[in-house]
Amino acid sequence: MNEEAVQANVQTMRLDLAAEPVTMQRGGGALTYLRKIGAVFVKDVRAEWRGREIFSTMTAFSVLAVLVFGMAFDLRVPRSEMIAPGVLWVVVLFAGVLGLNRSFGAEVDRGTLASLLLAPVDRSAIYFGKMLANLFFTLATTLVILVVMFFIFDLNMFHPYNLLAVLLGVIGYVGVGTLFAALTANSRARETMLPILLLPVMAPVFVAGVGLTAGVVDGKQFSDLRQWLVILAAFDAIFIVVAYLLFDLIWEDA
Amino acid sequence: MGSTTVRTNASGWRGVDIIQLALGLLAVAAMTISMWAALYYAPAASNLAGDEQIAQRIFYIHMGCNIGALAGFLMSVIGSIVYLVKRDLDWDRVSQASIEVGLICGMGTILTGMFWAKPTWNTYWTWDPRLTTSAITVLVYLAYLLFRNGIEDRRTRARFGSIYAVVAFLSVPLTFYSARLFRSIHPVVYGAENVDAQGGFSVGATMTQALNINMIAFCVLFSALLVLRWRQLRNEDAIAELREELE
Amino acid sequence: MGECVTDSGLIVARNITKRYGRKRVLGGVDLTVAQGKVMALLGANGAGKSTLMRIISGLTKPDRGEVLLGGVSARKAGHEIRRYIGLVAHAPLLYDNLSAWDNLQFFADLYDMQRPAQRIEAVLHAVDLWPRRHDAVRTYSRGMTQRLAIGRAILHDPPVLLLDEPDTGLDPASAETLAQLIRSLGASNRAILLTTHNLERALLWADSIAVLSDGKITQSASTASLTTEIVRQWMTEIGA
Repeated sequence: MNEEAVQANVQTMRLDLAAEPVTMQRGGGALTYLRKIGAVFVKDVRAEWRGREIFSTMTAFSVLAVLVFGMAFDLRVPRSEMIAPGVLWVVVLFAGVLGLNRSFGAEVDRGTLASLLLAPVDRSAIYFGKMLANLFFTLATTLVILVVMFFIFDLNMFHPYNLLAVLLGVIGYVGVGTLFAALTANSRARETMLPILLLPVMAPVFVAGVGLTAGVVDGKQFSDLRQWLVILAAFDAIFIVVAYLLFDLIWEDA
Repeated sequence: MGSTTVRTNASGWRGVDIIQLALGLLAVAAMTISMWAALYYAPAASNLAGDEQIAQRIFYIHMGCNIGALAGFLMSVIGSIVYLVKRDLDWDRVSQASIEVGLICGMGTILTGMFWAKPTWNTYWTWDPRLTTSAITVLVYLAYLLFRNGIEDRRTRARFGSIYAVVAFLSVPLTFYSARLFRSIHPVVYGAENVDAQGGFSVGATMTQALNINMIAFCVLFSALLVLRWRQLRNEDAIAELREELE
Repeated sequence: MGECVTDSGLIVARNITKRYGRKRVLGGVDLTVAQGKVMALLGANGAGKSTLMRIISGLTKPDRGEVLLGGVSARKAGHEIRRYIGLVAHAPLLYDNLSAWDNLQFFADLYDMQRPAQRIEAVLHAVDLWPRRHDAVRTYSRGMTQRLAIGRAILHDPPVLLLDEPDTGLDPASAETLAQLIRSLGASNRAILLTTHNLERALLWADSIAVLSDGKITQSASTASLTTEIVRQWMTEIGA
């Protein structure tokens, strides 16, 4: 009887599968490419929404770090404006590493990286999808950092130029960070290796970011801030192109 | 692809051995001359006195190390790009060897700079753009070596190392540029003058000669070390390959 | 080579060599699976079965040798050839925070499938997970995860199916469903290469059997000419 039920099940199953033949669009142009980037992005955000592993860790770390910095400098620094720009960028960079580590780390740990590599997808689409997801997580974390700093340091850093600098800085950061996260994903000491590789390369973003935020806090004019935005934009442009070119080489014999 | 390491019977002298020996002897001679030029031949800086005047002589070695570091990091990016295009492990070895030698020179630059800075600027360290850049650069390339060590597979190691070396090299000029901007709009620590100006001196004709001698001497030293290390890495790989075949 | 092996196979592996560091895993493997056929690959643990599967799927690059899928060299074909491959590996290749539906939806997007919803529905019915389609994969039992992994592999209807121990963790009923699935898939214009530890299943499911030992194919024959005893004898010889 059980056997029969299975047989019946199998029978219907086969019919169903045959009734839905697969049609796949071959090749495809820019739109297909963008749709795949979108698919990777949506998948990462959705998995994060269900699992709450990356964003929660990043924000928890960020809030803690801002509080620790606030406390550490409380008695020695007369005005919070003096340290706030540095604190903002240090916390963004360090919190970002946590998210970047999980970006490919989670795929490697759960063995899902192979399913991405098996798909008929240009590797650069995986890069851009992952990068967008990392951008999303890091920007959301930065927003939380800015809010916390608003209260702890009594300092409003929601200035349009500063927000633009944060956007440009984080784009460059995750642009290189996603590439390096893929490079370190398989190494034994992934958690420590990524920041060691990434942070020194991030020096221009850090310096320009701190320079601009300090300028904004000091009430400088746009003409004084423009140079920082130029550095950040140049960094983004150079390194996203370079990462796009190099990303394909990572898994060529994974 | 198979193995790329050339295996030969180590009997008798070959061309490379002779070149290496010649380079080594040349480097020893060059370093002797460079020390003589820096410590005796070059005249004392006339506008400085006491400790500052003596410390100023480290400048020649400082600049020599700097040239070695620059050459090393430039060679590394060339080696990396050529490796990624041709996939010949020899170029990866060029990259690794030049980074290792470049790192030694880079650390030499920082150390000599610090010993020079203390009597001159009265501090070992400032966030002058050059100091900032050299420190960050050394960190970047130390990270390169750490990263390589953690990768088991030889070809993956070469590929990942090359990818990182390319990105790292590109970030260095941007670091320098942003660090310079950073200082120029900040209050200058040492009075009204630029930091570089403190302890500065005018370079006379003999000094220029001494400087040139040192630059050339360190280039020779760099080449000798590079070739030595490159061959060493080559032999290491050859041994690893032979060991693999035995098992 | 066995009689069922033809020259123009859908899956052809030629002289595949692979070493990991100092350890030689595969030392010149030749293997052919013709269209409409199912081949079972047997071997001890660590004999290199999974490595061979990964190499055929294109996930791992062989040191030497080449893989031809439908007569096309997989290495030179670019990423479009990955459309024709379905893989069930040891890891389920699924996102355990996502539901079955979301998982399949994601892969349907990556494979540019038209009308994905109907196909996903059909596949979920086929692997008997339709009622649980909106639950996260991490809440599934081992057998359910394995069934979804199989569903993921056949989602885009690939002509080349590589099943690395697809029967692990399956209860007898699910294993029977899988057997029927393999039979029905293999009967059409597909080629299936599978590994299993269960000799009876291998004989039952496959058209031919190949034994991998010490990085080489040591035995190869059509299942019609084999009995469990012979295969068991082979396995004892290679110490499995």
